Formats: sequence, C-alpha cells, structure tokens
Amino acid sequence: MRVVVDLNRCQSYGQCCYAAPTVFRFHNGESLEYNYAPEDDLDEQVLRAAKACPVQAISIGIEDEAYEALEQKVQQHG
Amino acid sequence: MANRIDEVTAPRRIVIVGASLAGLRAAETLRLEGFSGQLTLIGDEPYPPYDRPPLSKQVLSGWLPVDHITLPVQVKLDARWLLGVPAKRLDMLKRQVVLADGQTADFDYLLIATGTRARPWPDADEAALEGVCSVRNRDDASKLYKLLSQKPQRVLVVGGGFIGSEVASVCRDLGLEVTLAERGPAPLGGALGTTIGSIVAREQRKYGVDLRVNTVVTALEGNGQGRLRGAQLSDGSTVEADVAVIALGALRNVEWLFKANLSADERGVVCDTYCRALDNKGDVVENIFVAGDIARWPHPLFHYEEELLAVEHWGNAIDQAETAAHNMLNPSFDYRPHTHMPNFWSSMFGASIKSVGLPTVADQVVITQASFGMRRFTAVYGRQGKVVAAVSFNAGQMLPSYQTLVEQSAPFPPDLHASDQPQTFAPQSAGFPHAGHPKYDTGAEPNMVTP
Ligand SMILES: Cc1cc2nc3c(=O)[nH]c(=O)nc-3n(C[C@H](O)[C@H](O)[C@H](O)COP(=O)(O)OP(=O)(O)OC[C@H]3O[C@@H](n4cnc5c(N)ncnc54)[C@H](O)[C@@H]3O)c2cc1C
Ligand code: SF4
Repeated sequence: MRVVVDLNRCQSYGQCCYAAPTVFRFHNGESLEYNYAPEDDLDEQVLRAAKACPVQAISIGIEDEAYEALEQKVQQHG
Repeated sequence: MANRIDEVTAPRRIVIVGASLAGLRAAETLRLEGFSGQLTLIGDEPYPPYDRPPLSKQVLSGWLPVDHITLPVQVKLDARWLLGVPAKRLDMLKRQVVLADGQTADFDYLLIATGTRARPWPDADEAALEGVCSVRNRDDASKLYKLLSQKPQRVLVVGGGFIGSEVASVCRDLGLEVTLAERGPAPLGGALGTTIGSIVAREQRKYGVDLRVNTVVTALEGNGQGRLRGAQLSDGSTVEADVAVIALGALRNVEWLFKANLSADERGVVCDTYCRALDNKGDVVENIFVAGDIARWPHPLFHYEEELLAVEHWGNAIDQAETAAHNMLNPSFDYRPHTHMPNFWSSMFGASIKSVGLPTVADQVVITQASFGMRRFTAVYGRQGKVVAAVSFNAGQMLPSYQTLVEQSAPFPPDLHASDQPQTFAPQSAGFPHAGHPKYDTGAEPNMVTP
C-alpha cells in the first residue's frame, strides 16, 4: 500500500499514531513522520488511521500495476 | 465532471513534462475529471514520482529507505511514461516535445512542470571532490545517506536555508559534528527574516550545531587524492570536514524552453492566474499550462507593484497542478483561478515549523502566544499595517485562524484574544534585506517575489 500525508493540513492530533503505530509516529514529539509504503499486513491499520484523521490529511493510493511496474523496472536496472 | 467534456473540442493528447509532484497530481486530476485521451508523462529521472520532503529528513536519518517514498496514485493513470530521458526542446508550431534521445511526443495540451534543481557549488573541480553533495533528488539522498553512515568526523553544511538547516538537524540526531555556514546574519533569514532567524540560530546552537553566520565558504579543499578534507571560510578560519552539503537554493529547469516563444527565464515560466503560459510578448498561449516550482504568476493577494509570485513548496505544486489540469479540460467560463494561499511545513531541531501566507514581503513581525520558554510560539508578519503571514513553531493548531487574518488582510499588529493571551512582545522589524541588496542565503528562500 502507498500513502501520502498532507502535512500542511495535519494538525498533529495523533489519531493515526494510535491506529497504526508502526506507520505513523512523532519525531521529537512534534513532527509527524510516516512510512509511505507500509507492508501489506498493515493495510487494515492504515485504512483505520486514514479514517480516524480528523482533517482527512491521509491519502491512500489504489493498486495500479502499470505504475508499480515503473518502480520494479528501476530496481531491476540497478 | 466527466460529462462536461465536449467530445468535439476535447483534447486528445496531453503531454506533461516533469514527472514529479506537480506532474503526477496533474495527471491524476485529468483522469479524475474524465480525460480519456492519450496521456504522456516525460521525466528525466528514471524513477516514478516520489516525494522530496523526506529526502532531507527521514531518508537521511535512516528511518525511510529511499525506495519507499514513491507517491501513491489515486486513480488508474493509463499513461505512457517516458522516464530517464529529458525533454530537450519544445516546438510550439508543431505542438511537439522533442526528447534528448530523438523521441517526440505530440500534444494538443502541454503542462510544463520541470521544477528546479540544486544550485551547484560554483567551482566544478571542488564540487567533484568525494564527500561533496547536495540534496534535491533520490540519488543525492542515497549518496548523502551513505556518506553519513560512514560516520564522518564533521559535516559542513553550506547555506542555512530550510534544506541546509534540516540536514544539520539530522546530523545532530545521528550524533555527528556539524558546522553550518550561512552568508546572512541568521539561518532561515531569507525565508523568515533575521528576527525569527535569530531565534532559530539559538535553537540550532543549543542542539549542538557549530553555526557560523555572516560567513561564506570561500573554498573547498581536497586531500590530494580527490577526497574532501575541509574548507576555507571568509573570516580566514578553516573547518576540517569530510562531508560537505551544498544547500544554496535552487535553479529552475527552464533551459529546454529557451528557444520556444514563451516568457521563460532563470526566474521561471510566467503564466496567468489560470496557469496558462505567456509568450514572449506577454500574450496567453491557450494550450500550454505551467505548475509547481517552475511557475511564476500574478497572485491577487500578493501582487505588489505588479510583481509575480513563485512558490517552491509542496502545497503549491499540488494546488497549481490540480487547477491547471482542471482548466485544460474545461471551457474558459469554468476556469478556476490559482489563488493558493502559500504554505509549507518543516521539521528541524525538535521543532515543527508551519507557515501560511508570505513572510518574505513583511516589514514587521510580532511574536504571540509564546510558552514553554519559546518552545511554542507563533510569529505574525505584517506589511504596511496588514497581516501577510504567520509562522508557528510547535503550535500548528493555531495556524488556520491566522490564515483567516491573512486572507482578510487584517490590521497588523493583530488584536488576538487580547485579554487572556497578551502579546508577548511588541512588533519589531522582520529583518528582510532591503530592496536592491543581495538576498540572504541566495536562492534558498522558498517563497520569492521577483520583479
Ligand atoms: C530536500 C527537499 C525537502 C523539501 N521539503 C519540503 C517541506 O518540508 N515542505 C514543503 O512544503 N516543501 C518541501 N520541499 C519542496 C517540494 O518538494 C517542492 O515544492 C516540490 O517537489 C515541487 O514539485 P514540482 O513537481 O513542481 O517540481 P520538482 O519536484 O522539482 O519536479 C520536477 C521534475 O521535472 C524533472 N525535469 C526537469 N527538467 C526536465 C526536462 N527537461 N525533461 C524532463 N524532466 C525534467 C526533474 O528532474 C523533476 O523530476 C522540499 C524539497 C526538497 C528538494
Ligand atoms: S491523525 Fe491526521 S491530523 Fe492527526 S497526526 Fe495523523 S495525519 Fe495528522
């Protein structure tokens, strides 16, 4: 799954950190940081986090094979 | 929205040059708004679009692997991707983009989103020394991450803008010694003014950065075997360092447009409020749009003396791309103007910094709602008695209400909760350089108003 957070919109409420603590966290207690590419087994947690965000700052991508193929191509070529 | 598209006049081929934040968001918007024709994205980097903000933060700290920051897509793009080759030329008559390898891409509509690149260290031989790098793209960040994991004795950061300051902060988090050299009187002085910049300076020093202000790096020195050994500073001193990070701001990727009949120069590509490019004479080019870091446009709220605004931040790239894409597909009476309120965030030295409005045009600043020994506060900026911006340090929740003041051009100094939250200080000079004088941290200021 791929995720991006609009950190201009984020109000540091921290609900996402409760819902998916290994994906979202606060750096030094103040700035939200997050994993853009959480493992598949975290999908449910991440969906819950996105739903819990009071300002809808978390966007989740769709599965797009053609798009994923671009990244795989780069990794194969080195 | 799909039903709006007129089958006869609808564009059949749209080409986007620059496959990064603005380019991707425009492509998504085109598909979301019902564009079903051929969509081509041209990008000189081999990677699919990725997010840049973590390059100077979580990627360097090691929390995020560099191949984890690919941006998500919200809709099936069904696009032709021409990655790894730059666009070399635009032929406006043939409506064609020519790539460096001779390929061509024909368009009905074109979006220019080629952004910026890091301004290189001026001496090419010194820049080639092992241990010298900048931070603009994935390859830069991979390289710097590797250099930092080899535990250098000292890192020299050249330039105290946002990227330089963020890198210095990560170095301290990693336990590395770091010297930061800044030409102006304070770090972030170009973006936030020297009054707020001096508060940042204090925080940087507390965090263990060896900060040298009013100081220019005059030469980088090798060890005779092509490795960086240190640097000479304008005050006559030398610094021993095995890594140097060049953070001197950005240059706009406009060279591929120089032969086209567009209003493009080193300050960017000029467009109107609807994101349509202007030609050499200043007339609108109906089928060429511009978005993101490369664009300059007349912002209705910040249009002092006919100056154009360029905003090198994440939020603007997204908004402008969405507006440009929307306008490409719609008749002119449904055009949306790009009236984006400039904003950004940054994270450094344990502080979360967030900004709305345009600090760089301010003459005065007042600090409000300071608490915890200045760990939390908001700086409100004024120009000629009107609020133009607010920047919060660890106090982002308050920012939306300040945004309203900026939108309304409310009187400055603002009268905020006068009874329970007295203003901590009286307004003082914001500390931006006077017109005609060199800018602090040349080019490193993220919001620029250029004549
Ligand atoms: C290290 C770093 C940290 C940042 N942190 C923050 C932050 O914390 N907050 C914030 O608000 N903003 C931040 N930004 C700014 C933000 O990332 C940019 O505003 C944003 O990337 C702009 O997007 P863009 O698509 O307009 O341009 P870019 O991201 O610059 O993309 C332009 C793309 O076009 C490509 N290109 C150039 N020329 C050609 C050509 N001739 N042919 C084909 N392709 C070409 C480039 O290689 C690039 O891939 C940061 C930027 C950097 C570099
Ligand atoms: S829940 Fe939303 S607002 Fe709160 S920290 Fe997470 S992203 Fe930010």
